[in-house]
This record gives sequence, structure tokens and C-alpha cells, in this order.
Amino acid sequence: MLDLVWLIPALPLAGFLLLVVVGRRLGEPGAGWVATLAAAGSFLATVVVFVGLLAEDEHSRSHVVTLFEWIPAGGLRVDLALLADPLSITMALFVTGIGSLIHLYSIGYMHGDERFSKFFVYLNLFVFSMLMLVLGDNLLVTFLGWEGVGACSYFLISFWFEKDENASAGKKAFVTNRIGDWGFMLAMFLAFATVGSLSYTTLAEEAGGIAPVTATAIALLLFVGACGKSAQLPLFVWLPDAMAGPTPVSALIHAATMVTSGVFLMTRVNPILAQAYDWAPDVIAWVGVITALFAATIAVAQNDIKKVLAYSTVSQLGYMFLAVGTGAYVAAIFHMVTHAFFKALLFLGSGSVIHGMGDEQDMRRMGNLRTYMPITAGTFIVGWLAIAGVPPFAGFWSKDEILLYAFDANPVLWALGLLTALLTAFYMSRQVFLVFFGEERFREPAALGATGDAGASAQPEADEPAAEAHGHGHEPHESPWLMTAPLVVLAVLAVVGGGLNLPFTPDLHLLGHWLEPVLHGNEAHVDVETGTKVLLAVVAVVASLVGIAGAVAVYLQKRVEPVEPEVLANGWYYDSTITAFMGGPGRAAFQALADFDKGVIDGAVNGVATLVRTGGRGLRTLQPGYVRSYALGIAVGAVVLLAYFLTRVSF
Amino acid sequence: MLAVAEVTPAWYLVLGSLIFTIGAVGLLVRRNPLVMFMCVELMLNAVTLTFVTFSRMLRDVHGMTTVVFVLVVAAAEVVVGLGIIVALLRKQPTATADDLTVLKG
Repeated sequence: MLDLVWLIPALPLAGFLLLVVVGRRLGEPGAGWVATLAAAGSFLATVVVFVGLLAEDEHSRSHVVTLFEWIPAGGLRVDLALLADPLSITMALFVTGIGSLIHLYSIGYMHGDERFSKFFVYLNLFVFSMLMLVLGDNLLVTFLGWEGVGACSYFLISFWFEKDENASAGKKAFVTNRIGDWGFMLAMFLAFATVGSLSYTTLAEEAGGIAPVTATAIALLLFVGACGKSAQLPLFVWLPDAMAGPTPVSALIHAATMVTSGVFLMTRVNPILAQAYDWAPDVIAWVGVITALFAATIAVAQNDIKKVLAYSTVSQLGYMFLAVGTGAYVAAIFHMVTHAFFKALLFLGSGSVIHGMGDEQDMRRMGNLRTYMPITAGTFIVGWLAIAGVPPFAGFWSKDEILLYAFDANPVLWALGLLTALLTAFYMSRQVFLVFFGEERFREPAALGATGDAGASAQPEADEPAAEAHGHGHEPHESPWLMTAPLVVLAVLAVVGGGLNLPFTPDLHLLGHWLEPVLHGNEAHVDVETGTKVLLAVVAVVASLVGIAGAVAVYLQKRVEPVEPEVLANGWYYDSTITAFMGGPGRAAFQALADFDKGVIDGAVNGVATLVRTGGRGLRTLQPGYVRSYALGIAVGAVVLLAYFLTRVSF
Repeated sequence: MLAVAEVTPAWYLVLGSLIFTIGAVGLLVRRNPLVMFMCVELMLNAVTLTFVTFSRMLRDVHGMTTVVFVLVVAAAEVVVGLGIIVALLRKQPTATADDLTVLKG
């Protein structure tokens, strides 16, 4: 059954090719169903491989399927090979599973879009690339997928490219990711130069022989790549802007799957990370925790329903890197999976809200939506409790485990993580209260500015049937079943997801046991007594509840004026500072480089050409074409030579 | 009283150099391509005459073999050169060598 692993990426690829050819003819909703079936088929194939892997002995759960020899070039031999092991199959399971749900959701969400089939072309291509990324047996195949998902992310962020800002958001994501890719490529070169192979299996075997200095360089360069793809400081700027894309894209690419590939990569190369100097993991942990806190503070003051979730994603990814840095790989993957459940749920829920509100994204113009869209509200609330860390929802278990390892590594890391957890609970509660509770603000005239029929809003109940027609009415409405069904499934997963890895007894550590073979014993071991563990969990829960209580006081009961400083709303001016720097001195520096290239490099080349041309033009006058002058030249030459020899030769 | 001077190799050499000079000067001063061509032939024959003279003087057969080679080359050259010149004059009967500047740089 393990040999079927090629089917996993092949099905989305087939869907992509089919839709490229006949997508437009299939139209709506046919193209969407084809894409959804391709993704769902891929999920089934993954389940089959998963079952096959379960049947194997624990230590032989690593199966390489070589499709063909990709690059046989001297010492470099790269196969297009897929690696089925616990880590890749875990990733593939949730990528295809959540991917199928989001495909289904998109059929409803993209209803009526003029480029309906194109959307699914990109979506299937994305799933294919993502699966190549996680299933690749070597760094180069992973890089192939890495670039593929980057390109799809670019296409999909700029999907509605008619608006200038969407197009530039896509470009921003693409360019920022290039910086990360630079690190990834250098790491590959270095790994090949040292080990002579790019395959993960070989790298894991040879890792012990790599010099710590080289291992540190490889690990940190890969981390640069991970920072770009997973939106960590200092390269996170593209992710909030990426919200310009359609909401299912934000859910699939910019929350659940693509942005976690950095965490996956770092987990994959854990033998190299273990061989590196001790400060290398510390760098990762600190970058992670600072990003987590930084993004959480920004999320507190955002008014766009999707921007809050975007910064929240950056923050949660920071948690995962904190886990990787403290050696808690299982916790990182655990949080990645639960985060995929609840963040996809939250994004899809926000998409449902946006859909129901007729493309309104400003939370200040929402309120009390739970009476209008009960399913969306109910599932969103589940997602909120999960991310806020309220037991027994999924987020609590994974976050608690990360904090436990952080506490064991360095109490300061733990304290910052705890503060982030508190802020997370606060800003998510704020969002839920602003959107689903409180008074209805969407009827206020300002909200209707564009449509200009303020008069109609005075009699809201009268023209309700007409408004139900499609999305663009004034009355919020619940979304079709195509959109609510995935919400319900994800909500169930967000509730029970914690069951993957319960801390009570070692037997319940399912994910931990499952991932053991790929971690090569590099997982950190915590030396904390059970009493302390319980205490830490209680403190974490209290922090969450304090955050929620704070939001209740501020946004629900309005006993306290909301504090949303301008500096936070503008993201600490980080983005604008970078823009100003790159637009000013940066642009000047690049202009100087361009001028150097034009003047000196091109100048040297053109100068040589000019010299040759001028010389040639001068020499041309020596050939006037008059035969007799040539003859004269020959005669004079002969006389001169004769005279020369006569003076030299003595008779 | 007719004193018949003995014909020494020097006479041949002098004759050869005279013919060569006539040919060289003719080549430089005349513009008719046909005449210039004939001058080239004169120069070649002057050289062959010199070769034969030296061959006799030095009792070395190599000079004579060289002459045979020169004759062969000259015959071949006549074929090509005359062909070009006849073709040219047929097209433009008044053409001179100075009109042949098509190949100028």
C-alpha cells in the first residue's frame, strides 16, 4: 500500500491539468467539483498510505518511492523520490483533509466569480505543490514544492488583480519570499558540499559527522528560508497583506498549510539542528517567541476581520518556532495540526461573515451577527475557544505543551509565551464580541455609503426577501450549506483535535510515539514534576481566562474604554518603516548598483567593442581597392626587404 | 673587325633584371588590365631566366625544376586571370584597373 504514495500528489496534478484544459468549459460549479474530487481523492490515498504505514513495524516506517532519476550530474544525484514516513504523512493528511474541505467551501464562496474555474486551477496546483513539499525525499524536491506553493500563493493573493493593491500585495509576498529562498538555496549548496547528498535519509545518517560550524550554518540558512515562508520576524510583512486574496486562500495557504512549511522543514532537518551549536536552536526559539508576542500586540488593535486573523497566524507560527527551538518537535507538529484545524475554521468563518455581509470586512460595522448566521457564529466561537486555550479545546493541549518545554528551557521564554497566550485570548475575544455580539452597527448610514440607499435601511424588515438574493443586500444572511458544512467539520476537529496527544499517561501520547522514528531521539526531554506541570497548565488557563475577561469588560460590558493605540493599529510602524527605507535609501542604493552595472560592467564591454570598431575603421583606409597601389606597396616592400638584407649580408 | 664578345652568365642576369624592371614599371604605370597582366608575365619570365642561369652556373638541377613549377603556376594563373579580365572588359569595354574598387574596405 505504501507504493501508492505517488497517487497523493498525482491526483491534484491530474485535477490541475484537467482544469487547465477544460476548466472554462466545465464552468461553475463543475470545475469546483472536479477540483474538490481531486483533493478528496488525494486525501483517500493519504489515508490508505497512512494505514499501510501503521501496519509496518515502528522502526521501519520510512518508505522511499523513487519515481525517476531527476538530476544525474556527476557527484550530484537527485531523484524525484517521495518519502512516506510518519512526519510527511501527518502533514499530507491534514493538507489534503483541510484542503478538500476548503475546496468544497470555495465552491460556495467563489459563486458568481467570473474567474471561477481559474481559482480552482490554482487551488489544485497549490495542493500538488504542497504535497511535493511535504512528501519530497530530498531538499530539492521539497524546494520544488516550496517554490510551487510560493507561486500559487502569488497567483491567489493577486487573484482579483483588477485592484492595484491586490496585485502589489501578491508581488510583496513573492519578493519577500525570495529573501527566504536565498537562504534555502545556500543551505542546499552547503549541505551538498559537505555531505554530497540532498536526501533526508542520508543527511540524517551523516549528520553526526558534520562539523558543528557547518551544521549551524545549514540550520540557520534553512531557518532564513523558514522565516520567509512562515512569516517570522523580520520577514513577516507579506502575510498581513496577503489577506487581499479570497478568504478560502487565506484559510488554506496563509493559515493552515503553506505558512507552516517552515516549521515542517525545521522538524525535518532536526538531526542537523541537533548537530549545530547550542545557540542555534536558541536563536530559533527567541525569534519565534518575539514574533509571537509582537504579532499578538498588533492583532489587538486591528479592525479588519481578516487582519486580526493574519497577525494571529504570525503569532501562532511564532509558537511553533518556539517549540522547534526548545527541541519540542512533537509539540510543534501538534500545534501545527491543531492550529490548522482552528485557524482554517476561523478564516472560513470570517469568510462566511464577509460573504453574508456583502463583502464588508470592517469589524466596526458588524455586531450581533449570531442572530443572523447562527452556524457561522457557533463554529467561530468553537474556534475562538480553541485558539484562546480554553480546555478541553484543541488549542489548549498543544499550546500548553509548547509552554511546558519553553519553561524547561528558559523561564523567560515561558513568560513571554504566556503573555502572548493572554493577548491571544484577549484579541480573539475582542473579535468575537465585535462581530457576533453587541449592538448591530451595520445598519448605520456610514455602512451603506457605497450603495447610497440609506432610505431603505430605515425600513430594514420590509425588503428582506430581495436582499436575500445574493450577498449584496443590506441584511446579513447565513451562508449556503457548501460553506457551513466544512465549518461544522472543522469545528468538531477543533474540539477533539487535542486527543491526538494527551499528556496524562504515556499511552495517550499518540502523536509523540507516531513521530518518534523521524526525530532520531532529538526530541527534548523535560524534567518537570507532575505538580509543576499541573501548575503550569492552571496558570495558562488562568491567563486565557484573564484575557477573555478583559475583553468582556472592554467590548461587551463597556466598563472600560478600549485601548487601541495608533502605534499598534499600524503594526509598530514596522511595515511603513521598511517601505520608507526601501523606497528611500534602499531604492537609491539599488539605483546606484544599477548605475554601476550600466556604467562600469556594461561600460567595459561596450568600450572594448568601440575600440575594436574604431581601430577597424582606421585600418579600412589601407584597402582602397586600387590594384596598382597594392602593387606599388608590394614593390616598395620588396625593395625595402632587399635593402635590409643587403646591408646585413656581407659578401 | 667584329669582335664577338663571349656570352657570359652575367649577360643573362642583366637581361633578366632588365625584363623584370620593364615588367614592374609597366605594372605600376599602365592602367589597362590586359597590359598589366602581360607585365606580370614579363616579370615571371625574367625570374625563370635568372633561375636557369644560376642553375647552369652552379651545376644544380634544382633551379631548372623550379622553373617548371613557375611555368605551371603561370599557366594556371593565366587561365583564371584572363577569364576575369575578359569577363570584365566584355561588360565594360573601357574599364581600367582603377575602376575595380568593388572590394575596397
